[in-house]
Amino acid sequence: MSRPDTSASTSHVELRSGAYADSVTLLQVSRAVQGVDGVAAAQVAMATGLNIEVLTEMGFEVPPTATANDMVVAIRLAEGGSLEAALAGVDRALADANRRSDSTAEVAPHRTTATAARDTGDAIVLVSVPGASALVEAMDALDAGRDVMVFSDNVSVEDELALKRTAAERGLLVMGPDCGTAVVGGLGLGFANAVDPGPVGIVAASGTGCQQLLALLDHAGVGVTSALGVGGRDLSSEVRGLATREAMRRLDADPAVELIVVVSKPPADDVAAEIRAYADTLATPVSFALLGAGQPDLTEAAEAVLTRMGREVPTWPVCGEAAAPTGGTLLRGLFVGGTLASEAKLLAAAALGTDAGHTFVDFGDDAYTAGRAHPMIDPTLRLDHLARAAADPDTAVILLDVVLGHGAEPDPGTVLAPVLAAIDKPLVVAVIGTDGDPQGLETQVRALVGAGAEVHMSNARATRRAIELVQSVQPSQGASA
Amino acid sequence: MTTTPTHVISAGADLFADAVAAQAVDVTRVDWRPPMTGTESDLATVAADPLRRDANARALAAMLDVSAMLVDVAPASEVLGLERGQFLHAGPPIEWARASGPLRGALMGGAALEGLVDDPEDAVRLFETGDGVSLDPCHHHAAVGPMAGVVTPSMWMFVLEDPATGRRTHCSLNEGLGKVLRYGAYSPEVLTRLRWMREVLGPLLQRAVRGTGPVDVTGILTQMLQMGDEAHNRNRAGTLMLLRDLAPAMVSSGMDSADVAESLRFVGGNDHFFLNLAMPACKLALDAARGIEGSTMVVAMARNGTDFGIQVAGTGDEWFTGPAQVAEGLYLGDYGPDDANPDIGDSAITETAGIGGFAMATAPAIVRLVGGSVPDALATTRRMHEITLGENPRWTVPVLEFQGVPSGIDVTRVCRTGILPQINTGMAGRVAGVGQVGAGLVTPPADIFPAALARLAELTRSRS
Repeated sequence: MSRPDTSASTSHVELRSGAYADSVTLLQVSRAVQGVDGVAAAQVAMATGLNIEVLTEMGFEVPPTATANDMVVAIRLAEGGSLEAALAGVDRALADANRRSDSTAEVAPHRTTATAARDTGDAIVLVSVPGASALVEAMDALDAGRDVMVFSDNVSVEDELALKRTAAERGLLVMGPDCGTAVVGGLGLGFANAVDPGPVGIVAASGTGCQQLLALLDHAGVGVTSALGVGGRDLSSEVRGLATREAMRRLDADPAVELIVVVSKPPADDVAAEIRAYADTLATPVSFALLGAGQPDLTEAAEAVLTRMGREVPTWPVCGEAAAPTGGTLLRGLFVGGTLASEAKLLAAAALGTDAGHTFVDFGDDAYTAGRAHPMIDPTLRLDHLARAAADPDTAVILLDVVLGHGAEPDPGTVLAPVLAAIDKPLVVAVIGTDGDPQGLETQVRALVGAGAEVHMSNARATRRAIELVQSVQPSQGASA
Repeated sequence: MTTTPTHVISAGADLFADAVAAQAVDVTRVDWRPPMTGTESDLATVAADPLRRDANARALAAMLDVSAMLVDVAPASEVLGLERGQFLHAGPPIEWARASGPLRGALMGGAALEGLVDDPEDAVRLFETGDGVSLDPCHHHAAVGPMAGVVTPSMWMFVLEDPATGRRTHCSLNEGLGKVLRYGAYSPEVLTRLRWMREVLGPLLQRAVRGTGPVDVTGILTQMLQMGDEAHNRNRAGTLMLLRDLAPAMVSSGMDSADVAESLRFVGGNDHFFLNLAMPACKLALDAARGIEGSTMVVAMARNGTDFGIQVAGTGDEWFTGPAQVAEGLYLGDYGPDDANPDIGDSAITETAGIGGFAMATAPAIVRLVGGSVPDALATTRRMHEITLGENPRWTVPVLEFQGVPSGIDVTRVCRTGILPQINTGMAGRVAGVGQVGAGLVTPPADIFPAALARLAELTRSRS
């Protein structure tokens, strides 16, 4: 590949055909290159539609020949910066990313799940490849008689059905697709909070909904043995609870589970009825937290679980206090958790009406993650929108979530704090986390409070508080709620 | 149940594998990469085919269940019903106009051998006009041919049989190295040798095989793989084991002792003699998997010097073809890459069955001949396990802890990984009449695997 004269331009874009790395690796590579002396901006990414958009917004010109199979290296140099050094940084970071922690260099790693399963005893399979290839890897797991968690999103409902029907025939469990969170016998997969084992088993058609329950139950001192994610579409009229049934059956068979909780994004009514009927056939009691208009929110659902188990409902912690609104009329919710965003939207709709212009963006939505890492790993897109919301005179209150646990950003509070500190609007943040999470719940809360945010452990409570702040500047609208 | 997993296989973001490792659970990381361009949708369709898993299990089992016995040696006119003017050749179907130099040379020599012309050069007009001659792939006649693979009615053939089913496959007798018909040479010495094989060697082997009783070719393959042969480019141990079995009956055949001595010397001095038994043994095994609906297993890889073709268990007799590549390797004498013809021969049937290039690790002595190192050989065999459905418990590789050879090439696995089957091969001269110019390594053209996959996907959709 010919590289342009380093003195001629300060902006450099090159395509590397045939090179591939996953979006998380490329995020780390981009960060490493951003840290090279003399580099003003750097982005190394696969040339997916979304990434080209991001690069274009950053002012880079991506050649029109780029396809999703090409890697783009885009670098803008600061004055006096050396392209030579920046590109060397790219190569070094890519090489570092490919270096595995275990150095069994002689034997090349397996290239498919099929061959990995052939050489591995009893294992659970975790698939997080791009959505178009997820079915193939997951089917390998089922062919080998293994349960599989499909983290990948952008998987078609046809593919989901093919997987779940095959699994149902073989008594296997497909968690997902788009399953962000699972805890299997205490082992956290994907984005999972660290919790103690205990009497509750969760079936979750909602990743962050599951995490909210894990965090609240943990705070109340109730452990969770397993939280089996089933993917957000499992209770839709197409998929009809295929994985939910299998997950409930397994939890019912586990003697450690005293109560099963089914949590889901708004389900299809008839499917919800079928699952409730199925629950009646199990020996273990089942609680439902099915989101929807007029249904209990996740915090109320957690409280109901505690009450049903004869436990005391604690006071959910709140730290710091949001400033009073100084202008604007609108609530801006910027979420990394899809279910948390829907929950906030439902609560706001009930209190403020649906067409008032309040916004609730889910950066974990498929539209934002095609060829890009999940916002719980890569904060770039949300930080960009946060700056825009802060600058918007119509914004009255900003509502955020910060989700901790295995797999999530190592220190989200520190990344957010300087941005939040510069914002002069009221900030309400829901932190979903436990004391055992690798990020350190207390450290994160302290960083956010220090930046001026009011921090809640309950997303519903955080949302209600944000609504209250919005209502304080427009009392006439809130009165009817 | 929901017991704690002892092991996780992670395909995708390393971050999640790291998070599992941080919880003190073992992780196997799949080195996933995007599949061959444009294959995602077909891969998903075929992966979701409810027939696929069992069809592939049946195809693999059918292949592994076959044992090949050498039951007879006889002229092609008798065992294949070939008539005057009928020519078989290696690889997928081809006509004279597109035939490469070595295939043309072999056809010209074959025409002279059959007495259709006095001078091989005169055969050119015969094939150009197609008057009284016809070409057909060996594979379409239960046969395989090395290099040009030309078979004519008077050539003698090994006859192999699967005792369980009575199915048979056939291959001509190996002529040795250098200036030989299968590499496209047709000089008088080549024809003289072929006539001697027809008049002396063939009848003697027939008496020996009929006198000795069936020879277990699959069993010899088992042993030779342990003795440093990969049964494609090195067949030394196999050749000697065959001689050991047949020599007593050859000696006591009643034929002229000078002819017997010459025959023993010819076979014993030709390290490739057993290749012409390994090949039909592999075809016999792979043919057992043909026509299994839904199976993505490759049942033939073959080249005619112009095209490289594959056939797949789930797509019937259809060929998927692309341009044959020139091998990389070592050249005899002064020959170089410009002298080599693109890849030719049915001998890739050995790789299709899991030996040859797939069993490179077992044959360190040939690694250099085909331009590689010992670590490369180990890596090659291991890499082929990534694109195959299983292992052959009968054919094992000592240096890899007696792991079975990688068996049953899976079209979907090739498209997913981009790893192409590795073939050990001889190289024929580009110009008709030259003969062998070297030996080396070659792979099929990549595009034929997505083409086969597309057809499998189309068949899958038509069933649903």
